[in-house]
Parts: sequence; structure tokens; C-alpha cells
Amino acid sequence: MTIPTLTSKDAHFDYVLRLGDDALILAQRLGEWCGHAPALETDLSLANIALDLIGQATMFLGYAGELEGKGNDADKLAFHRDVNQFRNCLLVEQPNGDFGRTIARQYIFSTWQYLLYQQLARSTDPRLAEIAAKALKETTYHAELAAEWVVRLGDGTAESHERVKDGFEWCWRFVDELFSVQPLDPSIVTSGVAVDTATLRAAFDSALATTFAEATLPLPKFPRPVLGGRKGHHSEHLGHLLSDMQFLPRAYPDAVW
Amino acid sequence: MYTTEMSKNPARPAAPSEAPELVAAFEARVANDEFIEPKDWMPEAYRKTLVRQISQHAHSEVVGMLPEGNWISRAPSLRRKAVLLAKVQDEGGHGLYLYSAAETLGTSRDQMIEALHTGKAKYSTIFNYPTLTWADIGAIGWLVDGAAIMNQVPLQRTSYGPYARAMVRVCKEESFHQRQGFEITMKLAAGTPEQKAMAQDALNRWWWPSIMMFGPPDDNSPNTAQSVRWRIKRETNDELRQKFVDVTVPQAEAIGLTVPDPDLKWNEERGHYDYGAIDWDEFWAVVKGEGPVAKERVKARIDAWEKGAWVREAALAHAAKQASRRQKEAANG
Repeated sequence: MTIPTLTSKDAHFDYVLRLGDDALILAQRLGEWCGHAPALETDLSLANIALDLIGQATMFLGYAGELEGKGNDADKLAFHRDVNQFRNCLLVEQPNGDFGRTIARQYIFSTWQYLLYQQLARSTDPRLAEIAAKALKETTYHAELAAEWVVRLGDGTAESHERVKDGFEWCWRFVDELFSVQPLDPSIVTSGVAVDTATLRAAFDSALATTFAEATLPLPKFPRPVLGGRKGHHSEHLGHLLSDMQFLPRAYPDAVW
Repeated sequence: MYTTEMSKNPARPAAPSEAPELVAAFEARVANDEFIEPKDWMPEAYRKTLVRQISQHAHSEVVGMLPEGNWISRAPSLRRKAVLLAKVQDEGGHGLYLYSAAETLGTSRDQMIEALHTGKAKYSTIFNYPTLTWADIGAIGWLVDGAAIMNQVPLQRTSYGPYARAMVRVCKEESFHQRQGFEITMKLAAGTPEQKAMAQDALNRWWWPSIMMFGPPDDNSPNTAQSVRWRIKRETNDELRQKFVDVTVPQAEAIGLTVPDPDLKWNEERGHYDYGAIDWDEFWAVVKGEGPVAKERVKARIDAWEKGAWVREAALAHAAKQASRRQKEAANG
């Protein structure tokens, strides 16, 4: 058996898949809150974020399908891949937990995604630049909303302070993956298609320090990172999420919906 | 989503303490199709009937998020997922405007929610049926939102201003939902044999509960006369039900589905469809909370409310701390 050589085309596809899968899997998680959030207003906010993310996922996965060149559209990629073919980060597949954990996850992800899209909007790949520029407006709002809630919960009551702190405790081990795992082929970074996420870390840490000061939360000592999402080595949670999400297209493969 | 008055206790006539000239002036304004606004004088029974009807409507929107929310995670394509999520979100938005409209009558949202959780307040019986397949999402949009529109279009001219204005916005979105639901069903009906069977099965299960949504027949609807006189209601339950049947039957035929009523036939003389007897025992049982998933629905609402209590408390505590910080700053400045 020969190991196929990796080309920058594969890395490009894989990169766009990561962007699409992050958005898709987090949208799926946020959708679980619909009808069950702490108040109608929060229900609507979480659904808004989920809707934006479904839109982003549709654009990224549609483009990924074109790059792959096997005739797969966004739906085919979303509903007909198995766990080890998903390229999302581990953070987004984490179960919702309580509202504190959901907000912690959202804060980390949206703050990172905001910094990422700012850079990606200047990608030398005009398709990625266009999607990121459009999505940046949405993500700016997500990051602000999440930061407001981190402050509200951190500063609110003793219980909310503990709960949001616990929520972050759950998530810290997944932060490193966002910054340290680079595209499969470094050439797509040097050519300006992809963003070197390591360069976003300082801005992320600084945003975190500002929000946490206002929220009266202690800054974390980051634990040993857990990695693997970008190469398809996921948590046990993702398989269950997919079996739910993919049920209909898998059960009725000939049907069009 | 739905507004039929379901309480069996008729609203009382004007309380003896209410000045007859105030009552007469109020009745005249209503008869003249003027809007009554929150600060206007109104009979206590009118206020109570409205709070009951609007809060029941708000609760129906919010409980109605559950059966459809049940399929968000399993919607069969990205587009269907986005459309469904947006739809359920719209229902939550309707709940918000309706609670706000009811609050203008002097009852707080928390009080209304408390009444829902203790079973004192009702919501539409239709949401006490389960959504078993994807076709149910089509059927709810097509039939349930279709029935809701029949009820709600006249309410855009209801006598209470805040309610009427909320309904204008709600109606626009509901008619969009109805078309989306019909489109889902149409696609299934034109799909594989399994998909078509799924659509027919959903119509079979949702048809009768949908036509029950208009409430008891006119001869057994204690509040109708008073509500019509007060312009809280503008058409009777049976009139609206007939309109719904007349519009919906040809839609089912057009996409090759069969309405599950052997007695259904076009009556040339009346210019309407005749339909079979409705099982009112079933209706009243579901109103009483004996619907197949009534317990699940109420439990889901109570759980969300109780599990979210610490979040609402935190938001209030933070807002209070901020206000006191601002006060201190102002005092020091």
C-alpha cells in the first residue's frame, strides 16, 4: 500500500472543511437549547447564533465540496460523513451542560472565530475572503453577546459565578487546539489562503483578560491540551450528535427533502 | 399560534360597582370599531377575558416551540434545519409580543408563566400531540399554522389595540410558516413511496386535532356571544372551522393526499364542504390535560424555567450592581 502524497489541494479542502464543521457542529449544539433556555430572550439569542452558524456552515461546506471535486454538496458532506471524517475542533462538540457552560464555550469559540474571520476576510482565496467578510458581522455580535453574558454571570450571584467558572473549567483543555493545530500543508498559510491561528493567541488572551476582569473571574491556568479534532479523532460525544443529525438522510438514502 | 377561548366558565356581565355610563361609553366605542388602549377605562370582565385569551395565546406559542423543536436536530437538510429553527424562533418571538400585550392589562409575565406551570392557564390542545416523523413538521405548518391564521386574521381588528397590533406582525409570519409547511408536505407527497406514506400518516393524525383547534361548536361555546359583542372575537368557531376545511381540502387533493374523513363531501347547495362528526370528548379530555404528551410538554416548560432560575437571578443581580455603581459614580462625580 502506498501512502498518497498530500497536495496543497487536499489541504485546502481540509481547511475549508474545518471551518464548515466548526460552524455546523456548534449550530447543532445550540439548536438543542431551542424551547428550553432560561428565558424567551435567551432562547431567541441562542437560536440566532445557531442560525448564523448554519448559514456559515452551508457556505463553507458548499465550497469544500467544490474543492473536493467529487460532486458532494454541503448536505452530502454534512449528512453522509462518519465521525472520523469530521474536522471540527473538540470545543464545539462538547455537550451544552448548563447555561454557564454553553456561554463559556460560546465565548471562547466566538472570540476566536471573530479574530480568525478578521484575518480570513483578507485571504488570497477570494471565496474564503467573501464568506469570512460576510460572517464577520455575525460573529462580532456573537462574541459581544457571549462576553456580556460572561460578565453578567461572573458578576451576578455567587451561584452564577461558580457555574460559569465551572463551565470554563470544562472548556479550557480545548482552547489550545484552536491556536496550535495548523493546516495540513504549510504552503496554504504562506500563500495567504489560510490563517496562521498561532498569531491570534495574543489578541485572544488580551480579550479574555478584559472580559474576566469585568466578570470578576480568575484567569485560568491552562491545563494540558486535548487535541485531535482536526484529524478526526473526536470525543465520544460527536458520534451521538451525528447519529441524531444524520438519521433521516441515512435512513432514506434515496429521498429528497 | 392559536387563540380560541377554552375556559368553560363564561365571563360575568358588568360588575355592579361599574358605573353604567362608563360601561355604556365603552360598549359604544367598541361597537364603533374603535381601539381600546391600555390607559382607557374598560370593564373588569373585558380585562379578565383578554388577559386569559392573550396569555393563553402566548403560552400556546411557547409550548408550541416544543413539538417542532423536537425535530430541529434531525431536520433532513441544512436548509430545512435553518428554516425550522427560524420558524420555532418566530414562535418564541410571538410569545414575547403577546406576553407584552397582556402585561399592558396589569398582569406580569411571571404571573402568567406561573399560571401555565400550575395548570391554571391553558394552551392550545394541539400541542399535546407528539411529532413522530419529519412529515409532522410539514403537517404542523400546513394545518396547525393554517388553522391559526384563520383564527388570527380577524384578530388584527380585535378591539384591544396592543393585541390587534401584535396580531398584525404575528399573521405575516404565520402565513409564511403555513406555506413552508405545505411545501414540506408537498415535497414528501411527491417523493418516494415511504415519504408519501409518511405525509399521509401525518395528515391522518393531525387533521382532526387541527379542526378541533377552532374550539367547541357555537351552540356549546359559552363565551362566544360576549366576545363577539366586545370585538375580542370577530367570527364564531364554526364559521372559522368551515373556512379552514373549505380552503384545506382542495390543497390536500392537489398533492394527492386523502383527508381522513369518510363523510367529507362538497355540498353544492351550501357552497361548503360537509364534514364528519368531531369527537368532542377527545377535545375536552385534551383541554383538561389528558392529551398524549401533555405531561411532557408542561414538564419541559417547568424544567426550563426552574433550571434557568439562577440565570435570571444573575441577570437581575448584575443589573442592580451596575445601577448602584452608576449611582455611586454620579454621587462622587
